[in-house]
Amino acid sequence: MTEIVSLDWLALTVFVPLLGAVLSFLVPRIAPQIGLMTLALAGLCVTMLALQVIPGGPVIVALGGWGAPLGLDLRADGLAIIMLGMNVLVGGFVSLGALDTFSARHAGEESARMRRYFWPLWLLLLCGLNGAYLSTDIFNLYVMIEVIALAAIGLTVLTGRLDAMRAGLEYMFASMLGALLFLMAVGLAYLQAGRLDFAGLAVHAGEPAMMLAFALMLVGLALKTALFPLHFWLPNAHASASAPASALLSGLVLKASLYILLRFWVEIFGPGERIGMLVGAMGTGAIIWGSVQALRTQRLKLLVAWSTVAQIGLICVAFALAGTIGAQTAWQGAVLLMVAHAVAKAAMFLAAGRIAQETGHDRIADLDRSHLRPTLAQFAFALAAISLIGLPPSAGFAGKWLLMEGAMRAGAWIWVVVAMAGTLFSVAYLSRPLIGFLRFDRAPDPVGEHHGWAIADAPPLMLAVIAVISGLVAVQIIGVISIGAPFGAVP
Amino acid sequence: MEFTLLPLAILFTSLGIVPLLFALPERSARLRTTINLTAAAIKVGLVAWLSWRVSQGTIYGVGFEVLPGLAFKLQADPLAILFIALSSILWLITTIYSVGYLEKGPHRARFFGFFSLCVAATVGIAMAGNLFTFLLFYELLTIATYPLVIHRGTAEALRAGRIYLIYTLAGGLVLLVGTLWLWVMAGGTDFAAGGMMADIAAASPVQATMLFVVLIAGLGVKAALVPFHAWLPIAMVAPAPVSALLHAVAVVKAGAFGIMRVVYEVFGINVAVDLGVTLPLAIAAGITIIYGSLRALTQDDIKKRLAYSTVSQVSYITLGVALANPIAAIGALAHLIHQGLMKITMFMAAGNLAEGLGVKTVSGMNGVGRRMPGTMLAFTLAALAMIGLPPLAGFVSKWYLASGGLDAGQGWVIALLLGSSLLNAAYFLPMLHRAWFVDAGDASAARPVGRRIGWMLSAPPLVTAALVLIAGGLANAPFSPLEWTRFIVAIEYRE
Repeated sequence: MTEIVSLDWLALTVFVPLLGAVLSFLVPRIAPQIGLMTLALAGLCVTMLALQVIPGGPVIVALGGWGAPLGLDLRADGLAIIMLGMNVLVGGFVSLGALDTFSARHAGEESARMRRYFWPLWLLLLCGLNGAYLSTDIFNLYVMIEVIALAAIGLTVLTGRLDAMRAGLEYMFASMLGALLFLMAVGLAYLQAGRLDFAGLAVHAGEPAMMLAFALMLVGLALKTALFPLHFWLPNAHASASAPASALLSGLVLKASLYILLRFWVEIFGPGERIGMLVGAMGTGAIIWGSVQALRTQRLKLLVAWSTVAQIGLICVAFALAGTIGAQTAWQGAVLLMVAHAVAKAAMFLAAGRIAQETGHDRIADLDRSHLRPTLAQFAFALAAISLIGLPPSAGFAGKWLLMEGAMRAGAWIWVVVAMAGTLFSVAYLSRPLIGFLRFDRAPDPVGEHHGWAIADAPPLMLAVIAVISGLVAVQIIGVISIGAPFGAVP
Repeated sequence: MEFTLLPLAILFTSLGIVPLLFALPERSARLRTTINLTAAAIKVGLVAWLSWRVSQGTIYGVGFEVLPGLAFKLQADPLAILFIALSSILWLITTIYSVGYLEKGPHRARFFGFFSLCVAATVGIAMAGNLFTFLLFYELLTIATYPLVIHRGTAEALRAGRIYLIYTLAGGLVLLVGTLWLWVMAGGTDFAAGGMMADIAAASPVQATMLFVVLIAGLGVKAALVPFHAWLPIAMVAPAPVSALLHAVAVVKAGAFGIMRVVYEVFGINVAVDLGVTLPLAIAAGITIIYGSLRALTQDDIKKRLAYSTVSQVSYITLGVALANPIAAIGALAHLIHQGLMKITMFMAAGNLAEGLGVKTVSGMNGVGRRMPGTMLAFTLAALAMIGLPPLAGFVSKWYLASGGLDAGQGWVIALLLGSSLLNAAYFLPMLHRAWFVDAGDASAARPVGRRIGWMLSAPPLVTAALVLIAGGLANAPFSPLEWTRFIVAIEYRE
């Protein structure tokens, strides 16, 4: 009996969004309603699944009765639950934000097209993301990666503007190359091991062919997750998309490839310290380069996009600590940082979108408390910045604390310094728009009464508030992450 | 017996009204003032009750786990009460002053929201039961004070705010690393009399010393220890009530208070002495005392002169802690309160001069005593107390610091305090001289250039000046700051 129940919620987590995508494509008139309903149902699925996993441990389902080594095992452990929760939480609020962005109020052909295609693409994306977090074999993962890429590219070019098309093309090339490398690795691994499931592959870890396969996967996933120096496609793609699309791309899409890399690292390959150092060094490069660019850019959305490059780099520092006594703590920190970044960055992109909508521009130099000031959106942006910088009590603080604690336990002070540098950099570039929000000496009109806020400010504000206070439940989140011991047994 | 509700209630009186204040429309000034004053008054009442109960031996505490092994923990020990009492009383007074000061000014909703948040952070810092919780509120304080510093929103204010932010966030980051290191090294961050570093300091003194340096450096930024003091005079661009609160209670005191906690309750005074870190700290404090005073001498801007005076005066607290002597410790703790009372008086008076007469420089102070007698009376009392004239509050702290120095066998402290007092006199007396004994001279200075100073602006400095008089004159009465500090020192030095 329990098995039947478990099958339902686990599989439904993937199939409900797929169904929603098809329906919203077929009946575009009520696509927003379908979208919200799908999110609500997906949220229900994840909640039910969590209620099974949290007391009872990991749940495994063999789709169509095809178990490992051949088939389609889906598995939900605590880590997967957290990532799924992140999907529906961030996705839910972004959907609410999208209601306004793509509402029929905005006339025009462009707006109509965006309304038509946003919901199918986003729900398809959700299907791929949920599937990726539940997959236990690498071919299945490849399929999910392609689904994600397809939907994500569609979301990038949704506005149909020239810069978006150009950025989307670049994104597509990077994404296809990444997928190709991944597919080659899948073939290589299958030839070597004769199996595709994580457990079966792990037996062969360390063999030369497997190491080659891992190298291919590492490059492919680094491309998709935009890890420096393979980040070239990200800033333009994320900055040119519409605000809800950017929020999804930056908040959720990047996390999938990062998560897959993390799973492979821990559960299959265990590639050793030197490669860990390499990824850590790439992360350091990302922090520096992403921050420098964020300091230089003149556009708010580009600043937010470059900050993503830097933040991804910070999360990747955890890979450098794999295999040390601080590894467990550092992985937990990395997962918390992933979730924190998803929530805060989605809030920030939505807020940036609202600011641009109200003021009519997104030039950092011209941001001030003009009579048009979108107070609540600016407030949400500031709260999101607090989490991204890692100030308490945000989830970003908790994640950074654990990451640095892991580094310190391992005696690897260099990574403590890197994390500190990342923090200082983030203060420097995020304070650029924040300071603008507070200045009013240039405003031509007297600034008095609050106005310039709308109900559309609620989604970014709610996300930002969640980002700031969720650090207070970090210990509970970590408790969930540890279910099924995704990072090995507690030493 | 443990009671949890009261500390939370005290925190909530200032934290809970923050969303309310932000949400209120700009024009609802009366309602905003009512909320502010009610909350502040309730808090004073709660704190009075709390101090009574704690002095009777009741223990208050509350905590829950935030990160594995690390708890958010509030506790109301006597040291915490000392700081909360200061902040709650001065919050009430400064709120009245701010309402008068910002009358019809822009962005009052924002101002009072962050003002309350700032006070909430101070209360959290005071009641933090471990260094981890202290850190949370220490960072919150940075976030809450930044919008206050740049409240005027001018390019100059923004530039000053940027420098302020860089210093305080960098300091916070260093403190974070120190806290983390303490946690990794000692497996806990709890504050407890006698500290918890005895074993570690014995096993690896070098690491323990480095940890001490990191923690003090992180705290030293807010405490404005030289060479981390540069933000303080620059932050003078803030409105007068903000400067008053920043200097008297919030930011610099948070740093000094943190140094106290680290020396007494993380390391333990005996361990710190054995490590040999107290003397260098005392010397650093001594240098800061002299340096601040010397710089104050040459400032013509009144607020800048007061700011450098703060740099100097706050280090009295650090000095008293670092002398590792119970008598000096009494002086340090008493000075935490006394300096707050004296400095807030002077800043409110300076604000009145600037608002009412347009006087912002020392050279422009000629004859202001006759034009604003009440305000200048308060200023004079506070200045004389700073110099150390008996029986005012500043004399009491200096007396205990000096005797503590002698008792600890550190004779140089006497010379230092004498030198500092002479310098205090050298930069305060000319101000008093100009105010009372020099004629304004030209007729133009006689007509008012500013606005009318209502009771909300003129009364608060007089009240705090009266407190300066009382704290000094009745230093031996029960529940005076001095008596309370004796109670604390008896606990810290019990080991």
